[in-house]
Amino acid sequence: MLRGAGDLDNWHLKVYEGRWEGYQGMKKALKMEPTAVTAEVKASDIRGRGGAGFRTGLKWSFMPKDTPERKHTRYLVCNGDEGEPGTFKDRAILEYNPHQLIEGMIIGGWAMQCRMGFIYLRGEFSWLIDKLEAAIQEARDAGYLGRNILGTGWDFDILTYRGAGAYICGEETALLNSLEGRRGEPRVKPPFPASVGAFGQPTTVNNVETLAAVAPILRMGGAEYAKLGTPGNTGTRIYGVSGHVKRPGLYELPLGLPLEFLMNDLAGGSSTGAKIKAVIPGGSSAPVFTAKDFDCPLDFDTVRARGSMAGSGGLIVMDERTCMVQATLRLIKFYAHESCGQCTPCREGCNWMEMILHRLEHGQGRPDDLDLLASLPPRINMRTLCPLGDAACGPMESMLQKFRDEFEYHVQHKTCMPGTRSILPAAALAAH
Amino acid sequence: MNHPLPPETSDAPLAPGERLPKAKREKLSPESVAKIQEIAARFPDKLAGTLPALYIAQKEFGFLSLGAMKEVAAALGVPEGHVFGVATFYTMFRKRPVGRYHFEVCTNLSCALNGAAELLQKVIDRTGARPGEGPTADGMWSVEEVECLASCGSGPCIQINHGVFDEFVDEAKLEAIIDACRRGETAAWGE
Ligand code: SF4
Ligand code: FES
Repeated sequence: MLRGAGDLDNWHLKVYEGRWEGYQGMKKALKMEPTAVTAEVKASDIRGRGGAGFRTGLKWSFMPKDTPERKHTRYLVCNGDEGEPGTFKDRAILEYNPHQLIEGMIIGGWAMQCRMGFIYLRGEFSWLIDKLEAAIQEARDAGYLGRNILGTGWDFDILTYRGAGAYICGEETALLNSLEGRRGEPRVKPPFPASVGAFGQPTTVNNVETLAAVAPILRMGGAEYAKLGTPGNTGTRIYGVSGHVKRPGLYELPLGLPLEFLMNDLAGGSSTGAKIKAVIPGGSSAPVFTAKDFDCPLDFDTVRARGSMAGSGGLIVMDERTCMVQATLRLIKFYAHESCGQCTPCREGCNWMEMILHRLEHGQGRPDDLDLLASLPPRINMRTLCPLGDAACGPMESMLQKFRDEFEYHVQHKTCMPGTRSILPAAALAAH
Repeated sequence: MNHPLPPETSDAPLAPGERLPKAKREKLSPESVAKIQEIAARFPDKLAGTLPALYIAQKEFGFLSLGAMKEVAAALGVPEGHVFGVATFYTMFRKRPVGRYHFEVCTNLSCALNGAAELLQKVIDRTGARPGEGPTADGMWSVEEVECLASCGSGPCIQINHGVFDEFVDEAKLEAIIDACRRGETAAWGE
């Protein structure tokens, strides 16, 4: 998926077709029965790359086959609302390889017999949307999109939609609300989007990286693709490494390689000279890992078994001098800010955690604050409409558990542990 | 005991009792109205035109006053309350004026680990604008702390006017950006 990344001309159709066997997967798919295409994706056993790791083929098969009573519209929606701290992989696909995404959407559209696809992009990507639209137009001009695609009698087109700065729109039902021009508030499930989705019609929502993987799956064949990675965790995925490493960036690897290999061998290890103390292995909502877990293979199941989440594949690396109270405060501030406000545990709980962390950080922590803090996640977890509440609990609980000494130091000494340095903006803090 | 409250976010929709600022002019141009209607017609439901329409209005006026929101509702033929609800939900719809050059500095964790705090301080020192306090007196600058911009591997990063995007920003690069703005080489509003 990262083929040609960094090359500014790579996004053009002619480059994609000439250099990367572009649209071969689509041509193959269009000669197959739609159900056979879904079966191929099932055979690849690919799991969604957006965070939850749900099996894509299975998700596709949830779409109702016949909906005669409706106006025969099924939608395929691409979730390009990447906004989780530490996660920056989809942008590279959109920027350098949009045709692979478009091809994947056409294949998915055919498999589920959709008439229309939407690419929902986060608002900050305004500069990417123009490029994406140009790529879509190229595909239209080549006859891959629009009416009667390659003589099959099937019509399919893609529209882009730009969000406006709300992280919660990455949740699929919130995204659908936003796509309909409403506030991006998650919906109560059921009904699931597969039966009532965008504009009330059956809809499948897939992540950018997932859809971009579909073209190679068809080209190679599902069984061949399944040989990559490890059983149950097949294929390659894009890992984003950020924080204290020498070579931060995106690395596409088969699933199941150890975290250390990615962090030390590929990303060059610590950039500051100080030892690495902690790594968040799957975007900011994943519980934190300490050195004893650095040998963990990066696949969905092992990371989960070790008490964290492979999530979106974003690794945030922190060296020994990072103050964990500040790091936690910064992350919880994000969740408190992005809570849509519909559920009391999430809205109040995230703000409460932020408030307590804020006073710890400002030397006003009270003796019972840590117990209070520890008591909040269980009251939020699994008690909300969407996973944002849980997402805030992951880092909160694990940071407090694994770095309790730093939190205690803050309560007792009213300052950060010696040897750590501040990562929070003083000016902004003082202003509050 | 004086308990510190959670920090206020600079883009909070509106503080209790706060009125939306008035704009000098808030009649949408006929071209914008036509464009809004054309976009809305592409979707199965005209309501879906709300976000694109608000962007169009924001581009025309610089920020979304109450009058601008009403204009959007009229152009789309949807309830005013709906438009107001949507505009206040999303942070990228500005409810208050910003400077000609609006700096958004990501201070989330990955960027913070690589010096976002110092960078924000430098922006504040160099422009005189303070986060959440609106534009400087000359109307040139405003600055805001924002959440992750999906560029965590190349932080710290800054976005200017929601458009121009800069990564690996250090002191020298910041100087260059500010100079480019001074010379008018960066599009105002940037949309
Ligand atoms: S969990 Fe939070 S973000 Fe999700 S619906 Fe509830 S209030 Fe909104
Ligand atoms: S944390 Fe700054 S761009 Fe992601």
